[in-house]
Amino acid sequence: MDAIILQILNGLDKGSAYALIALGLTLIFGTLGVVNFAHGALFMIGAFCAVTISRLLTLSHTVLDETKTDFLGNPLKVDVPYIYDIFGESAGNAIIDWSVPISILFAIPIMILIGVIMERGLIRHFYKRPHADQILVTFGLAIVLQEIIKYFYGANPIPTPAPEAFKGSFDFGAMLGMEGAGIIYPYWRLVYFAFSAVIIGAVFAFLQFTTFGMVVRAGMSDRETVGLLGINIDKRFTIMFGLAAAVAGLAGVMYTPINSPNYHMGMDFLVLSFVVVVVGGMGSLSGAVLAGFLLGILESFASMTVVLEALPGINQIIIYLVAIIVLLTRPRGLMGKAGVMEE
Amino acid sequence: MLGLNKKDFGLLTIVIILTVFAPFLLNPFPEGSALAQFNAGYPDLMQRLVIFGIFAIGFNILFGLTGYLSFGHAAFLGAGSYAGIWMIKLLTLNIVPAIVASIIVAGLFSLLVGWISLRRSGIYFSILTLAFAQMSYSLAYSVLTPITGGETGLQPKVSDPRIFDAALAEGTTPRANLFGMFMNDSYELSVAGWVFTFNVGYYIAAIFMVIAFYISIRIFRSPFGLMLRAVKSNQQRLNYTGVQSKPYTLAAFVISGMYAGLAGGLLVAMDTQAGAERMFWTASGEVVLMTILGGAGTLIGPVLGAGFIKYFENIVSKINESILQAWFSFMPEAIQDLFVAIFYPFIGKGGHLTLGIIFMLVVIFLPGGLMEGGQRIANLFKKKTKSDTGSGNASPAAAE
Repeated sequence: MDAIILQILNGLDKGSAYALIALGLTLIFGTLGVVNFAHGALFMIGAFCAVTISRLLTLSHTVLDETKTDFLGNPLKVDVPYIYDIFGESAGNAIIDWSVPISILFAIPIMILIGVIMERGLIRHFYKRPHADQILVTFGLAIVLQEIIKYFYGANPIPTPAPEAFKGSFDFGAMLGMEGAGIIYPYWRLVYFAFSAVIIGAVFAFLQFTTFGMVVRAGMSDRETVGLLGINIDKRFTIMFGLAAAVAGLAGVMYTPINSPNYHMGMDFLVLSFVVVVVGGMGSLSGAVLAGFLLGILESFASMTVVLEALPGINQIIIYLVAIIVLLTRPRGLMGKAGVMEE
Repeated sequence: MLGLNKKDFGLLTIVIILTVFAPFLLNPFPEGSALAQFNAGYPDLMQRLVIFGIFAIGFNILFGLTGYLSFGHAAFLGAGSYAGIWMIKLLTLNIVPAIVASIIVAGLFSLLVGWISLRRSGIYFSILTLAFAQMSYSLAYSVLTPITGGETGLQPKVSDPRIFDAALAEGTTPRANLFGMFMNDSYELSVAGWVFTFNVGYYIAAIFMVIAFYISIRIFRSPFGLMLRAVKSNQQRLNYTGVQSKPYTLAAFVISGMYAGLAGGLLVAMDTQAGAERMFWTASGEVVLMTILGGAGTLIGPVLGAGFIKYFENIVSKINESILQAWFSFMPEAIQDLFVAIFYPFIGKGGHLTLGIIFMLVVIFLPGGLMEGGQRIANLFKKKTKSDTGSGNASPAAAE
């Protein structure tokens, strides 16, 4: 029993990342009809937002510390972050410690801006071109973004730790009233899951309960009519693109403590997220979220020792295998609408 | 001649001449001169140019003619390499069985993948092929390690069985050959400062490429090729006329898979090693880049694209900061530093950045690739000469 709960929990954090990226992909596809191969790069840029913020916060100047001396009696040189000068040492330390959550505040406007620039500057010109062209140009863009990040941050992963309070693991089984230390689970993964649940909820609430969201939904089902009613649907779709970029970026920011960001993390997630979108159903938001979590959990079940002994290597291919089966038996995906990209 | 019309035969002749004289053409700068780093006439690069040319020609038969965008062709290249290396390990260091096996294995593998993937079209087809390629890559890295060598890959060893060959002496390196001609043997010709390298492996690969190119011309001009174009322009209408399009697309898929297998087999013949990284999906992306860059659907475009990308990767990555400094050294110090700072991100390790930008520009402005660019320039000149002669009727020329 606890083995099963543990695998479900293990699947949740990866599943959350898949769900968030797939949600953004679906938002873009549903609104603009564009297949965005650069979405993984947006996830990666989000992660590097966190890296940049934590670097900025620890930016230091050197001072002579009179209280400490080396063996000759000269005062030692110490690096003091600028943030200490502003907030004092203890508050400064706390801010540095919480750099990843703080990055969220900065990542949202940055990612929206990047998304809007991308849409207005490039993708807008590809609405009328075939899907193959859209795939190709965004694929090229993904390469370019990835190489730019590689140029500035190098090719090695950059460790970005979670706040001290969320480091380490806890016994989830004890919380459920179970005996023994059966389910040990890291705090941050639970935080990540809660965070993504909040984001997903916020996106759905935004689309469901605001006038803006209502117009966007109307535009998704019949763009032309909404346009004829005198509503500037293009502008709203651009904002939705920015929002989708922000969702991907936030997924990246919060993912940094789980996996040290490197320049190709976006590409690694992109392929899987596409598979997730297809399994969930092209254009279906709830399908994308559902498929993200399902596939994440399925993947973690496939990595159990029992399963691996019976079917070696299955953990590597389970997602693709499911995607192939779904595509062949139910082309519209789990929750796709009939007739949307179904050939 | 050879069943080709005059124009196509001319094209084939040009390709033959270019490949035969490539050792001269790719080495235009004398040894030791400042521009010698742009020489591409060394065996390893020349072999890659033609081998990836074959890969791109094959991919173009699928993508250029039918419009099905496969993101998984590297899997066939990888399967071909593994088949090839096993023939070299088990049978003989002669490359003939290796190449035959690589084509057959890649063909069978692509038959399986194509049979399943071609049930869908559009983006679904792309994702299905991508999923298959990623699956093969993951399996090659993990479970199939006994067959694929996992991370270390496969190399021929002295202790391999090689049942057709005499046993090699201890300490010698196994070298691939074709009836006694070793792949890495070269003849160097030095003429007054220039050094031209004629490599056995290159010429063998080049012969394969010319044959591959000839077959692709025949396919393009055949009724079968016409059928494939019909699939691209309107598959629905084709189905309404009572034609089953699947056998045609599947045949195109298998043919392009066999081309990929041939390329994989040749790669193994040249460097006698095979590894899973050849199957990674970015490798599939690369052949897409080559084909689009050169011009999908044109005969010679993919070859040009493959040549351009491989040349660019090898040469640009060799330019470093000091070479840049030397180029701009004629300028005042401050401007020199500025120029070096501007260009530095785009060279050396940043070569992929430049490639990505070029690729994006091509997709945005020249959907037909370099071939379309060439044609536009040619049209520009045609128009000019027409208006110069005073006929004033330039529109038919533009419409061509």
